[in-house]
Amino acid sequence: MSLHNRVPLAGTALALALTLTGPACAQGVLRIGMTASDVPLTTGQADNGGEGMRFMGYTAYDALINWDLSRADRASELAPGLASSWKVDPADRTRWIFTLRPGVTFHDGSAFDAGAVVWNLDKILKQDSPQFDPRQSAQGRVRIPTVTGYKALDPMTVEITTKTPDATFPYQICWIMMSSPANWEKQGRSWDAVARAPSGTGPWKISGFVPRERAELVPNPAYWDKARVPKLDKLVLVPLPEANARVAALRSGQVDWIEAPAPDAVPSLKAAGFSLVTNLYPHNWTWHLSRAEGSPWNDIRVRKAANLAIDRDGLKEFLGGLATSAEGFLTPGHPWFGKPGFKLSYDPEAAKALLKEAGYGPSKPVATKILISASGSGQMQPLPMNEFLQQNLAEVGIKVDYEVVEWNTLINIWRAGSKSDSARGGTAMNYSYLIQDPFTAFIRHAQCSLQPPNGTNWGYYCDPQMDKLFDEVRTTFEPKDQVGVLRKIHEKFVDDALFLMVTHDVNPRAMSTKVRGFVQAQSWFQDFSPITMAK
Amino acid sequence: MILFILKRIGYAAPVALGVTVVCFLLVHLAPGDPLSAILPVDATAEMQAQMRSAYGFDKPLPVQYGLWLWKVLHGDLGTSIATGRPVLSEVSRAVSNSLILAAVATLIGFTFGTFFGFVAGYARDSWLDRVASAIAVFGVSVPHYWLGIVMVIVFSATLGWLPPTGAGPQGSGNWWPDPEHLRYLVLPAVTMSVIPMGVISRTVRALVGDILNQDFVQALRAKGLSEFGVFRHVVKNAAPTAIAIMGLQLGYLLGGSILIETVFAWPGTGFLLNAAIFQRDLPLLQGTILVLAMFFVTLNLLVDVVQTALDPRIERA
Repeated sequence: MSLHNRVPLAGTALALALTLTGPACAQGVLRIGMTASDVPLTTGQADNGGEGMRFMGYTAYDALINWDLSRADRASELAPGLASSWKVDPADRTRWIFTLRPGVTFHDGSAFDAGAVVWNLDKILKQDSPQFDPRQSAQGRVRIPTVTGYKALDPMTVEITTKTPDATFPYQICWIMMSSPANWEKQGRSWDAVARAPSGTGPWKISGFVPRERAELVPNPAYWDKARVPKLDKLVLVPLPEANARVAALRSGQVDWIEAPAPDAVPSLKAAGFSLVTNLYPHNWTWHLSRAEGSPWNDIRVRKAANLAIDRDGLKEFLGGLATSAEGFLTPGHPWFGKPGFKLSYDPEAAKALLKEAGYGPSKPVATKILISASGSGQMQPLPMNEFLQQNLAEVGIKVDYEVVEWNTLINIWRAGSKSDSARGGTAMNYSYLIQDPFTAFIRHAQCSLQPPNGTNWGYYCDPQMDKLFDEVRTTFEPKDQVGVLRKIHEKFVDDALFLMVTHDVNPRAMSTKVRGFVQAQSWFQDFSPITMAK
Repeated sequence: MILFILKRIGYAAPVALGVTVVCFLLVHLAPGDPLSAILPVDATAEMQAQMRSAYGFDKPLPVQYGLWLWKVLHGDLGTSIATGRPVLSEVSRAVSNSLILAAVATLIGFTFGTFFGFVAGYARDSWLDRVASAIAVFGVSVPHYWLGIVMVIVFSATLGWLPPTGAGPQGSGNWWPDPEHLRYLVLPAVTMSVIPMGVISRTVRALVGDILNQDFVQALRAKGLSEFGVFRHVVKNAAPTAIAIMGLQLGYLLGGSILIETVFAWPGTGFLLNAAIFQRDLPLLQGTILVLAMFFVTLNLLVDVVQTALDPRIERA
């Protein structure tokens, strides 16, 4: 065979090899059983809380600023998303300038530009805009309460202004997902139609959707971040709200991964060869203490005594190890943790001494009522856990009675504040929190101006020193310096024992050993792009 | 007969109106805020007020009821707060899924219930009667959600023979009774059939026992009719009551068992109701309950008509 003949042959072989290599790179189908009872909203601003954003937000969509979900060994940090960079205007610190990433296209092929950003902000903030969507607005507007204006400076630059200088704004804008304006037009300007045929810029494209039953996502090969182009052939999401149904689906091989397995199913799942993946994540399980007049928690000695009375390691053991004992309000090792002076040790004698100093004792125990729920998102196992706490507290002389209310009712009481009639005289409530950014972690609980009805400072805590720190964090634009201020805030949270700080959930998920390459980020969100399925 | 049907429809109308009042008021009496399904927990009071106004929850209850009833009469059950989808489409899809499940469960329950009932009725006080009656008592007494979990543990988790959740490999879309979809139906349908099987079995046993003791049966035998011929007469006499019971059971099953459909993640009305209750999705809850109640009213009407056709004495009564 001559060389001339061999070249086309070799070329054909190479082409064939490349063709074959393509499908070989795609590695399997991953089926996930979610805890949600429905497929989260697919139009951009996902509903169903953190789980909705995890599966239908950062998969199919991007924000201007995303989260770096690539590491398990540290709390997730912000990372450039559809904006390659951002800065505040030094002359007017209410003006944020976002430089957009060039060459990004939506799944429908239309270009992403500054016009699309303005269009998306109108979608959730401007009620008289044609694309205003009340459902997405309900999810998104509350995340960016300080935005007062926005405009395109040029096709690749956007300006967003805030009411006052706010250095925490990048943490807010990362909640806002960008949907395709061209797709909305193509779908007859109907968000219902867009829900069936959505288009974002994310690493996954939503390819199929049966309400309440399943959603299918396939890789977006044109994703702008080539390192995050998914390796799987397909990602299938199945709503399975019932915990036993999720376990059965995993054990029978109907799904490969389940969110939040029931703790009592964990040993049998492990025995059957399934992996249990856990990690710290920004969640805490607390008692939010009321500082209204007459509350025993106004006395720092009582607050500290309660914190010293809790056997956190015993509670962890009681939960089968699926918890992290609180060392502060934030998770241990968090970059904003700082060095609080008050240690959350288990020391009943010190607790009794503090109570004695505060005027309490065996003949005069602290007696108060606490609001708890029987279940609820992030509440772990509230009834047995609160019984455990009740016993611990009784041992040092704090007698608590529980008022058990339904979860949605508890949320409404939380919104109404501890002084409202709906609080039924409760001086604390058991509430678990997402503590992912400065606002959700600290400000919303403790800023004087956010007392109900203006915000969710449920306990009516107000300390000018704390407010000063909040002002400082909002006006500290240098990230390293901002971390310094956040550490001071956390130290004050712990040293003043503002909450009964008990434990952190570890976000457990059980999965088949076929699932490879998953890195559980210390976040409510996760990256599914690096995952492959073993044969 | 036509007059009888018209009279029965006349009776059904006020029942239907009463049903609308009850299902509207019931969901409003329940605690919880319907907006909690769509608003993030940090939503401000201003946002909550805006949304409350947008969904009309700020209006007085009688006004809300009037507006809702007017829409219902025009075939509009409203829009789900949680999903934004029309309630009618949500309920239609769920009802069709529950119908599949209920029909198969009723068929299984009726077949086995009738069989065990006849066996027990014919062989009264024998060991056959005791076995058949024990099965019937088991069917009526066993908590069916527990049975469902046991079935899942045995046939899905341990043996791996049948899928434990869902309505098909691609969900319930394009459902067709092919082997792949029927595999998904087996566990929930068998679990669901246990109660009607028990109820029908006990009813048929009692009926057969009574009929066999009646004079006309003795007369038939005395005339030399074969045992099969007597059996046909017994069946004909037992049928109206058995069908009435089956109709009622079908009605119950059409309502979808919240527990069964949740255990098996079967996307029917029970699963839908469960989601609507947890999400405080009032329009969806109202719409689903209304449709199910209307099904029940219609089914009762149909059963009355069929019974009358089978036994004209009922019309005269």
